[in-house]
Amino acid sequence: MGFISNDIIIEKYLRKDMLPTIFCTGCGIGSVMNYALRAIHDLNIDMNETVFVSGIGCSSRVPGYIYSDGLHSLHGRAIAYATGVKLANPKLKVIVFTGDGDCGAIGGNHFLHAIRRNVDITVISINNFIYGMTGGQVAPTTPLNSKTTTTPYGNIEYPIDLSMMAKVIGAPYVARWTTAHPVQCISSIKKALQKTGFSFVEVLAPCPTSYGRLNKMGNTLDMTKHFKESTINIKLYEKMLADGKTTDKMVIGELVDIEKEDFNTKYNKFCGELK
Amino acid sequence: MTNDVIRLLGRKDLFIQGDDAAVYGALIADCRFFAGYPITPATEVAEGMALWMPKLGGVYVQMEDEIASIAAVIGASCTGVKSMTATSGPGFSLMQECIGYACMAEIPCVIVNVQRGGPSTGQPTEAAQGDVMQAMWGTHGDHQIIALAPKSVQETLDLTIEAFNLSEDYRVPVILLLDAEIGHMREKVVLPEVVNVKVDERVPATIGPDKYRPYRTGFTRTSKVPEFAPFGSGYRTYVTGLTHDKRGFPVTTSADVHEELVRRLIEKVQDDMDVIWYHEDLFLDDAEIIVISYGTTSRPAVSAVKMARKSGIKVGHIRLITIWPFHYEKMKELLKNAHTIIVPEMNLGQMVHPIRETVGKDIKVISAPKIGGAIHTPYEILKCIEEE
Amino acid sequence: MIHVNTNYCKGCLLCVEYCPKKVYVKSEKLSKKGVFPPEVKFPENCIKCHLCELMCPDFAIIVEDKDDK
Repeated sequence: MGFISNDIIIEKYLRKDMLPTIFCTGCGIGSVMNYALRAIHDLNIDMNETVFVSGIGCSSRVPGYIYSDGLHSLHGRAIAYATGVKLANPKLKVIVFTGDGDCGAIGGNHFLHAIRRNVDITVISINNFIYGMTGGQVAPTTPLNSKTTTTPYGNIEYPIDLSMMAKVIGAPYVARWTTAHPVQCISSIKKALQKTGFSFVEVLAPCPTSYGRLNKMGNTLDMTKHFKESTINIKLYEKMLADGKTTDKMVIGELVDIEKEDFNTKYNKFCGELK
Repeated sequence: MTNDVIRLLGRKDLFIQGDDAAVYGALIADCRFFAGYPITPATEVAEGMALWMPKLGGVYVQMEDEIASIAAVIGASCTGVKSMTATSGPGFSLMQECIGYACMAEIPCVIVNVQRGGPSTGQPTEAAQGDVMQAMWGTHGDHQIIALAPKSVQETLDLTIEAFNLSEDYRVPVILLLDAEIGHMREKVVLPEVVNVKVDERVPATIGPDKYRPYRTGFTRTSKVPEFAPFGSGYRTYVTGLTHDKRGFPVTTSADVHEELVRRLIEKVQDDMDVIWYHEDLFLDDAEIIVISYGTTSRPAVSAVKMARKSGIKVGHIRLITIWPFHYEKMKELLKNAHTIIVPEMNLGQMVHPIRETVGKDIKVISAPKIGGAIHTPYEILKCIEEE
Repeated sequence: MIHVNTNYCKGCLLCVEYCPKKVYVKSEKLSKKGVFPPEVKFPENCIKCHLCELMCPDFAIIVEDKDDK
């Protein structure tokens, strides 16, 4: 598959007067934004009927750069705001940009319940394992023993796995990639956008300024390489399991892809019956 | 739409409780989105909405908590749909951050707070007026909300409609302060005919998307309120709770931008105080003692004032219907001939503070608090009057 | 033609690393932003795969599809 040039993305989808982005050198959030916009371009989605919703944090600044309706809400509440937008106007395509802290800690409950409710929104969670905006504090996804400014002696809390949570609660589409998987990312975001119901794409992204620096992981190039080495594709992983082997690498790939009736469809059905 | 409600009910005379009246008021005002979370004594509002919304093409959703409820309400309102939630003290506390967001981003929404005894879980089934200060100052930063306090079930219905109108007119969250007493009390209510109901809509953008700036002002009836382009209308607006310029984009370090914005958020409401501020007064002409009350407490207060008049005491009564913003000038004018003011409240003294601020040291202001769940009896207030 | 927007570029050099044809090298001159941006050293090697544009987190690279001889 051929890729289009960035000038189309910039011209058609970005608010040029807002660029350059506020993200640090080597931060992966810009890449994920690019992947999402390319997925939207490929699907020919009407930006006049698309709303980007976000909470607070680095990743939540994304909608500010995208030329569409944007709702930069409160910390952790993006999915709850998005639920309101989607239910009130089901014609709109609602895409949530969130981070690991926004989605997994302060907004964890909204995340679970939007999946349970199966609201037809796409949530793109950019997981950089740390709170970047506030300068590098421990996040719910921070790996054990990792250093952050609030775990100066190493993290003693077990991290959560957002994608596995989404899978267990029953999201009809779940995928996880890293920023070093642009092609797969775009393809998964496309599938997520086409899925009716709650779709979740988690993208592991480097935060060289906080996570990389505090854990001596080098620059974004080193971190990107590290992501490739410390993850394993679900297909390989399943083969390993079948062979009785195991690994502590993080599983990436398309984790769930099923059909499940969403909230709006169900709601409209019984509304129709009432009339 | 009003006709729809009457048609579906098959009648317009109802015998309902205050919580239900808030539901009918909202439906008549064209509210078509409700997100809530069960909480005593406001649950009946959610139950009524769950029953009605699907029949009227609206949306009812029970969210996972009160934060999510108000968040969904704001999200829905961004698409141009009139939206409401209902709660009580503990849930109202949870909603505060989002209420601040709605102030900052100027997203209309109505919050019904059926007050119960606090702090904390307190007295779930008992009435109180303890959230008066919280309604105004619960969220952080300088801001101005509008709060209304009805005294009866009929007025709950009427003021719910008015709450939506004010919210749409001024693009500000409006808080309807009920209490468990009115919320759960049944009274006769007459649904208004559609022709008699004034239903306001927020002012739509009057300029094309290319020139539109979401927070430009001077183009609506209340000139400091910006026009509104809903999500999905092609205007591609950006809404944020950060300090923003007229384009709606974050400008967080400029003192000028911040001051201009925050002052406007307050002035857009306060400048129109004469329109927004509703009150009722009784026997003020020669009153030397004035009882000031609001909500449920007005009922025994009026009885007490009438009893005192019969025994020749020159006493009057003011009932605050709009409790926030507080109209200092108007109150000063109304109170100028009194020597004593009595403020019965179902809290340990909250509204008494702006009243004291209004009259200064010239007039004696007495707080007549009562907490624990029972409302004042007329005799308790009468005793206060007689002692002066 | 390959354009590097030095106003957007923050000097992460992912493009230098991920270009399969090694078109870019790290510039020796500081940009106005105070970083070392990529320099298009071997444009003739470019196969227009656009991978550099994808990897660039800052929308700083544009590879024109049209041939520009």
